[in-house]
Amino acid sequence: MTAAVETMRDTPFTIGGRTFHSRLMVGTGKYHDNETMVRAIEASGAEIVTVAVRRVDLDRTKAAGILYHLDPKKYFLLANTAGCQTAEDAVRYARLAREAGFNEFIKLEVIGDQETLLPDVQGLLAAAQTLGREGFQVLAYTNEDLVTALRLEDAGCAAVMPLASPIGSGLGLLNPYGVRTIKHRLTVPVVVDAGVGTASDACVTMEQGVDGILMNTAIAAARDPVAMAHGMRLAVEAGRVAYLAGRMPRREVAVPSSPLEGMLD
Amino acid sequence: MNDTIDVLVNGERRSVARGATLLDLLRTLELDPRVVVVEHNRAIVRRPKLGDVAVGPGDAIELVHFVGGG
Repeated sequence: MTAAVETMRDTPFTIGGRTFHSRLMVGTGKYHDNETMVRAIEASGAEIVTVAVRRVDLDRTKAAGILYHLDPKKYFLLANTAGCQTAEDAVRYARLAREAGFNEFIKLEVIGDQETLLPDVQGLLAAAQTLGREGFQVLAYTNEDLVTALRLEDAGCAAVMPLASPIGSGLGLLNPYGVRTIKHRLTVPVVVDAGVGTASDACVTMEQGVDGILMNTAIAAARDPVAMAHGMRLAVEAGRVAYLAGRMPRREVAVPSSPLEGMLD
Repeated sequence: MNDTIDVLVNGERRSVARGATLLDLLRTLELDPRVVVVEHNRAIVRRPKLGDVAVGPGDAIELVHFVGGG
């Protein structure tokens, strides 16, 4: 952060008892090559990096696991349950992820519709309750519905992650009011997950007062992912600082910035 | 008596030596036990136990790891 930013007194960004410096979390999917991914993650300044759990390719025709490219000592690996369509599947994937041995955090996704990848909130709540009882720190990917968010908090989730717009869509923040309302009402951190398309989307999202953003495609699918990762880092910081600074009121009429006195006759 | 048995590894039928353990299976597949999580008939087997659990005919074994994802 710049010197100006350091003069702002921000609250620590703490999830499930762990404090992070960067409010930007990034995914590791969809990159053309691992070298670009590693450089993009570096440029993003992110500390929390998401990964998926999948079968090992027994014939080695596909690339080796992500751990050959990402140092788990340098990054906080946040496993997801992406692709799971039932609470049972999501719990199974979460247990496998925890066994991989890095931490007890899980980004919980239970997908209810394949076209929009919108969450199945009933399955999500059921899985969150089960995983909470098993000691997981659950970060729950959800929609921008306040009541679901409140129930996820009641279920013990470490963070609630409303979407900006559907996963991979890049449509930006479609419902700022919904996201803002969730942030106002919840005590646990609110991290917007999915839908950010470019830096302005990230900035506007952070200006709603949310605690952080998780994104993947916006960086991985940019023409220059490393440059976009840098742009996103700046946008998240800018949006956060602007939120803390407090924006001027909107007016429907112009108010001159220069004095009216002292004008020539 | 046949000295191999058929098991299902990641959904594929594979022959393994009778009496082989999960650790033997990983070695045969040249997989590093430190980066693979093993599920045996839907139950996770922790790394220190991999050498203690023998596979039986028809067992379903899932070998997973972390890949890129969002």
